[in-house]
Amino acid sequence: MLTFILRRLLSAIPTLILVSLFVFTLQKLLPGDPVLAMAGEERDPAVVNYLREKYHLNDPMPIQYLSWAKGALTGDLGMSLRTEQPVSQLILSKLPVTIELAVLALLVALLIGIPTGIVSAIRKGTALDYGANVVALSGISIPNFWLGIVLIMIFAVKLQWLPASGFVPFSESPSRNLQTLLLPAFVLGTGLAGTLMRHTRGAMLEVLRSDYVRTARAKGLFPMAVVLKHAFRNALMPIVTMTTLLFGELLGGAVLTEQVFSIPGFGKMIVDAVFNRDYSVVQGVVLCVAIGFVLLNLLADVLYRLINPRLRNAA
Amino acid sequence: MIPVRLLTGALLLTLGTSAVAETTLRIGIQDDPDVLDPHRSRTYAGRLVYAALCDKLVDVTPKLTYDPDLATSWSWSDDNQTLTMKLRDGVTFHDGEPFNAEAVKYNLERARTLPDSLRKSELASVDNVEVVGPLTVAIHVKQPDATLISQLSDRAGMMLSPKAAEGDFASHPVCSGPYKFDQRVQQDRIVLSRFDNHWSKAAYHFDKVVYLPIPDTSVRLANLRSGDLDIIERVAPTDVKTAKADSNLQVFNTPGLGYMQLIVNVANGEKANNPMGQDKRVRKAFELAIDREAINQVVFEGLYAPSNQPFPKDSSYFDESLPMPARDVEKSKALLAEAGVKMPVNVQLTVANNPIAQQVGQIIQAMTSEAGFNVNLVATEYATLLSEQQAGNFQIGMSAWSGRPDPDGDVHQFVTCKGAQNDGHACFPELDELLNKARTVNDEAQRKELYSKALRIIADQDANIYLYFDPRIIAMNKKVSGFVPNPDGIIRLKDVQFAQ
Repeated sequence: MLTFILRRLLSAIPTLILVSLFVFTLQKLLPGDPVLAMAGEERDPAVVNYLREKYHLNDPMPIQYLSWAKGALTGDLGMSLRTEQPVSQLILSKLPVTIELAVLALLVALLIGIPTGIVSAIRKGTALDYGANVVALSGISIPNFWLGIVLIMIFAVKLQWLPASGFVPFSESPSRNLQTLLLPAFVLGTGLAGTLMRHTRGAMLEVLRSDYVRTARAKGLFPMAVVLKHAFRNALMPIVTMTTLLFGELLGGAVLTEQVFSIPGFGKMIVDAVFNRDYSVVQGVVLCVAIGFVLLNLLADVLYRLINPRLRNAA
Repeated sequence: MIPVRLLTGALLLTLGTSAVAETTLRIGIQDDPDVLDPHRSRTYAGRLVYAALCDKLVDVTPKLTYDPDLATSWSWSDDNQTLTMKLRDGVTFHDGEPFNAEAVKYNLERARTLPDSLRKSELASVDNVEVVGPLTVAIHVKQPDATLISQLSDRAGMMLSPKAAEGDFASHPVCSGPYKFDQRVQQDRIVLSRFDNHWSKAAYHFDKVVYLPIPDTSVRLANLRSGDLDIIERVAPTDVKTAKADSNLQVFNTPGLGYMQLIVNVANGEKANNPMGQDKRVRKAFELAIDREAINQVVFEGLYAPSNQPFPKDSSYFDESLPMPARDVEKSKALLAEAGVKMPVNVQLTVANNPIAQQVGQIIQAMTSEAGFNVNLVATEYATLLSEQQAGNFQIGMSAWSGRPDPDGDVHQFVTCKGAQNDGHACFPELDELLNKARTVNDEAQRKELYSKALRIIADQDANIYLYFDPRIIAMNKKVSGFVPNPDGIIRLKDVQFAQ
């Protein structure tokens, strides 16, 4: 298992280099000048030139990339052009927020998506199945920002149970922290629950049709045991894949949801950075998200091996 | 019985603590400020925070005149070459450093010489700063500068602790304002706390002031309505009805300094070679096809101030004798016929890619089509818009200006031949002469005459077509009292407090 993990980690290095090169080139292809965005309404030409020199924006592109890459290898992701803070520090300050929101949202998605998926698979074609489908589809199709604003209106403005937006760190007040993340996690989670429910249902239907499930039923096992112990365990593979993919997506930042609830996570940071052409921040965040994806993929593979003995023995 | 007693006890305890509890004012602002260094910062959001954090040499009043702040009085020498300022005694910075003439000299020098200072052009007329006495400073100028006092009423006149300014100022700004810097979490909040040694501390009533950037206007309002915020700024016109209907809220709608204009590319590269760029009759026809009041009613619920001038109505430089032309499609058509252009007149209008700017663009597109224009609307993202306009890659650009209390800042850089923001490269030497002269004249009546002449040339040439002024709409909880709105939209906290 250890050699497997090491091999996978090593093979991720070229991927990361490619990703960073790709993002770097794409950014430079974007029209717009970070310095003009930084020089303020007055756009004093002397300041514009000074800033270009200061941030080496006049250097040839390969040199700019190499100097960034050199820094990145030592953990120095450069400075934000806009706020003059080290990018690594910015990322470290946003990462816990993003991870916490992603975990909570995923939890909501799993708690809704998997039970409804299982139920609608075993009750296929009944009203329960159709009902679950409607719920799942509305979760996918209701826009997050709209649901967010409606929930704010109900729970913050009318009922005043929860704060309308903003974020309180866990270390400051665990209860306030949960209160501020409840609505955004719910909004994000319901959006993903639909996808999970559809996948769970599909996988379960396939397994429920197989011979060993029929055998288990014929043996007279409890229906619940058949579903959970025999069928669900075997249906887990596609669900695990889906869940890790969704988690990776969440780590990339939930732009609209973060915007509506004023959650200071990755999404808000990367949007601001793109609009201000804050190259080093975009570059740093994308690299970080790419690493996250690689690690999650690895996690999925490890989980496969734990779930499926055949893969474990093959390794 | 015991639970009841406990409850009463707990209640009494909360009442007891709330009497001495900290008072915190929470202000929702539209965006996160950039670097918190007045000499290097560019965002409007930053100015909102500086209002509590930093004192200025002079302050601007709601009537756009100037009041003492750190400078208690000032006067120009007879030849208008020296501005002498008397400074307030007994002022200290948040780090305990004294404020005096040396500090003023240090600050003005820093603003003038720091390589990435954005205040250089504002202080371009300053030749040197002389320390006359411990609390007297003389600012010598290269040529008479009527705009200098106005510049010193904003970021160029903010006083930083010289000791702190030598270090990493932006991460821990130190000024002399009524509130001092506590902490900042990027894109989340900026926390200030009361400065107990402020020279006017009795006028400031909160223990803490927190600025929370919330970009979405309806979410900002929802936070105010739920009680999570006490004040919000830049309320969207479409939200004003909701805010006014809420009995817990009060709304202040003040005509602002910022305006929207159409800049026509008349000489900046290839794109200027079209009837709009080359013939002022075509530009006039375009202007006459626009109904400014209709834009105001449709997009801004009638809350904006349509205008054909770059100076707000409150400014003493506003020219009453230059009325806003009414929409006249017939005259517009006649002008196009006179110019002999091929119909329809194809023209590209570049607007920012936000819903409001696009809506305004669509109305202009519809209105001008009746006169014979075929407007191609191009919505462009902000950073791209800036560089495209500067490079001359536009025909008509719609761009906003935040406005300045002094007229010079609203017009000179946009319409003079070498103006830094003259993206259309229009150049009328006569106009340059008038505006350059207006910079040096301190007499208001004389100055007004110069600006009136300049405004007539601008209106005749139509290379810059002014559309409207946007108001500064601020909403707050009714428990907040003592707030005085100002056309600059800055939330000044003097005498602001929670009702008892």
